[in-house]
Amino acid sequence: MSNAIHLHYEVSGDDFTRAGEASGAVKKRLKSLGYNSDAIRRVAIAMYEAEINMVIHANGGFCDVDIYPDKVEILLADNGPGIADVDKAMQEGYSTAPDNVRNLGFGAGMGLPNIKKYTDEMRIETTLGVGTKLYLTVIVRE
Amino acid sequence: MVVRDIIEILKGEIICEGDLNQEIKTACGSDMMSDVLAFVKDQSVLLTGLVNPQVVRTAEMMDMACIVFVRGKDPDESIVSLAQSRDITLIKTRYRMFTACGLLYSNGLSGGTEV
Repeated sequence: MSNAIHLHYEVSGDDFTRAGEASGAVKKRLKSLGYNSDAIRRVAIAMYEAEINMVIHANGGFCDVDIYPDKVEILLADNGPGIADVDKAMQEGYSTAPDNVRNLGFGAGMGLPNIKKYTDEMRIETTLGVGTKLYLTVIVRE
Repeated sequence: MVVRDIIEILKGEIICEGDLNQEIKTACGSDMMSDVLAFVKDQSVLLTGLVNPQVVRTAEMMDMACIVFVRGKDPDESIVSLAQSRDITLIKTRYRMFTACGLLYSNGLSGGTEV
């Protein structure tokens, strides 16, 4: 199978309870395709953190997922405020999330560091006032 | 230890029934889902005092089989139906977090990590 499987999801920005729908769907799809569980978990966690970020900070956006035999590529794009200081955002414990988000169990400043930890490649394109694009690659087979 | 044993040890009440014979090797307790996603590896039960659908989604991403709500907290219908569709067991216990974790630990369940 040489062609990638392409999946597209819209992420609603006003419904925190639905954040994670896209990640859950991708996880299910990868499972049905027979990828190993460790790789599936890495994809799911990275994408889930990014989806949560999108809902918390950027009023939603979309995800494009391309599944190849040896890797999964994910683009998460939003039209949010952008990230003012990417280096700071990459530090564990640094967060700009408001208190109401912390009450929901997030906003510990672990989002981007977690995403980096679980992916093989991570690239951020961000412009203040325009939005953020996050490109992730997870190698799924040796 | 299996899910059924956890219910007994914690004098718990089943709110959503998944596979009660699923083996449980390790556990973690946290109200901060970001930390669960950051530090947990191969843990199959989550103890938490946080009650919202993201608890179930976090467990889903981590392949966890069971969530224990401590301090007698009651998840609402949206949480229960989400867990049902993911085949995750939900348990409620009146014990507080520290005591619930301690009871499971003293019955042989570990955190699965050195530190």
